[in-house]
Amino acid sequence: MEPPERPARGAFAPWDEPAAQPLVVFDGVTKRFGAETAVSDLTLAVYEREFFALLGPSGCGKSTLMRMLAGFETPSAGRVLLAGQDLAGLPPHVRPVNMMFQSYALFPHMSVEKNIAFGLEMDGRPRDEVGARVAEALRMVKLEGLAGRRPHQLSGGQRQRVALARALVKRPKLLLLDEPLGALDRKLREETQFELMALQERLGLTFIIVTHDQDEAMTMATRIAVMDKGRLAQVGTPPVIYEAPATRHVAGFIGEINLVEGTVSGCDGRRVTVATAVGDLTVADAVDSVAVGQMVAVAWRPEKTRIVRGGEAISNGRAVISGTVHDIGYLGGRTTYHVDVSGLRLKAAVANAARSIERPLGTGEAVKLAVAPDALLLLVR
Amino acid sequence: MSERATRRTIILVPYLWLALFFLVPFAIVAKMSLSQVATAIPPYVPVFGLADGPAGWFAKARELSLDNYGVIVGDRLYVDAFLASLRIAAIGTAILLVIGYPIAHAMARAPERWRPILVMAVILPFWTSFLIRVYAWIGILKPEGLLNELLLGLGLIGTPLQIANTETAVLIGVVYSYLPFMVLPLYATLERMDRTLLEAAQDLGCPPWKAFWRITLPLSLPGIVAGCFLCFIPITGEVVIPDLLGGSDTLMIGKTLWTEFFSNRDWPVASAVAVLLLVILVGPIMVYQRQQARQMEAGR
Repeated sequence: MEPPERPARGAFAPWDEPAAQPLVVFDGVTKRFGAETAVSDLTLAVYEREFFALLGPSGCGKSTLMRMLAGFETPSAGRVLLAGQDLAGLPPHVRPVNMMFQSYALFPHMSVEKNIAFGLEMDGRPRDEVGARVAEALRMVKLEGLAGRRPHQLSGGQRQRVALARALVKRPKLLLLDEPLGALDRKLREETQFELMALQERLGLTFIIVTHDQDEAMTMATRIAVMDKGRLAQVGTPPVIYEAPATRHVAGFIGEINLVEGTVSGCDGRRVTVATAVGDLTVADAVDSVAVGQMVAVAWRPEKTRIVRGGEAISNGRAVISGTVHDIGYLGGRTTYHVDVSGLRLKAAVANAARSIERPLGTGEAVKLAVAPDALLLLVR
Repeated sequence: MSERATRRTIILVPYLWLALFFLVPFAIVAKMSLSQVATAIPPYVPVFGLADGPAGWFAKARELSLDNYGVIVGDRLYVDAFLASLRIAAIGTAILLVIGYPIAHAMARAPERWRPILVMAVILPFWTSFLIRVYAWIGILKPEGLLNELLLGLGLIGTPLQIANTETAVLIGVVYSYLPFMVLPLYATLERMDRTLLEAAQDLGCPPWKAFWRITLPLSLPGIVAGCFLCFIPITGEVVIPDLLGGSDTLMIGKTLWTEFFSNRDWPVASAVAVLLLVILVGPIMVYQRQQARQMEAGR
């Protein structure tokens, strides 16, 4: 399956070009803390100008991966390369990488201006240059008036922007962002997401962001690496991750999904029929090859489900599942139905395209769910 | 009782305590410092009695004078004792800071499960009497003491070092005795410091040794101030250590006061010395209090 393209980023896809040189390479990297393995034999390449997201639940090893890149942790095995150079033995202060910390780690005894100037002063830049670049960074994050404030005199959003300016002012080859928006409230977080994207594109820098927030990763990233227990579950563009998840874990972690376990009953090239508790489901284009009798799962997204009254007819070719509505979640823009089908609870999301106050379906009503074969996913792992 | 009255009563208690056990004794000492020495019981005049009546009190109040302060200021002995006390306190505090900071820093950096044990180790000496511990130093420092025996045994020196009964001995005693007062406030600030600040500094191109000067040291300033005042103020008035380790050569004001009071039975001069000592130390104490208050305010 070809990865669907992101309209905003156009043809930017260096990971598909065999000749492209990656900026960052994790080559068989393992990190153990005592008996615990945080990162396990992980190989990954990140390309220049990417906005790369490491996504996973807490404890999946994503922060460890970032800290190895910054130099705060040393791999137990494997290599970490930046622009072809092995970073082994390079202490954090000489690496051309800057990091924005989750806690922001602003120096409490320094003004905003001094915080931002710190990195440039460490490089021994002349005073005029430091002043000019700090002023520019302050403009960039829209904090011109607050140069003299101390961190504790700022709001959460302002602190976040100071941390960003401080990490960006040195124009690092690579900027690491550890849960950069975690401490912001929802509205500010969404605004900041788009600001970050615009900034990254304008400055032409490479960003690697660590997050546990799937919306954040989906919105901002060129590619997402979904991590699970120290391993990569899948690496791909947001549409690939969403529409073609490689494993049950990825499918369940990103967005909502209906997942039904079953046994392969028929196999005709990429057309696979699976016997499940909700009836036979035929997947149009299975990616993994399977054999009859194999235990697999069939999955589909709630919004790719049509829901109609029990009596209504459904056009041919779709899998049809009958059930009763258990409850209804009205969210304004869309409505989510929870439908009970032979002991399972399936979800269907319907966009409320027409303006209507009446509910088309009621709780307890008999309904049919219809899913097109090409909306069904076959998950082996 | 209304809530307001209750609150006032509660606030009143510490003030009453202060008035009763600080202000009244201080007033008595201050009055004594204005009196004249006499061979009597108590050994000074005038003594105000209830029987005197207002007229008597007025007459006696006219006998009070600042003569004792004149004696102290005019006598090199007292001035030297004051200066020596301040000098020993300053040098001792400086040495304490230089020794105490690395200890506190190492403690704060130690693995978390070790820290309570290390704090315990710093406090442990308090379990023995202060006096006994200072006495023990005589055994170590005297000409035929442990230190000289060791150095002689190792062949590092030919004749015993004269450390006991010198200012060096006083400094050793002071540094030994006050080390916990320097280490504990330093440890408290260093332990509380956010470690990611150092990572951030390194990430921005700051080598670790420089991060110490730019980040750790400025952020531990409240601990440094607290530790220094906690040592400097009591060392200035120290009596036991100079008496036991300093011999007759080292004149500190606390010891002078003791001698005036108990050997010379000159209560008025001793009182004047005490009042002057307090006046000298009020400055640093107020700076310390303000620093503490500011830290409380900044404490988020």
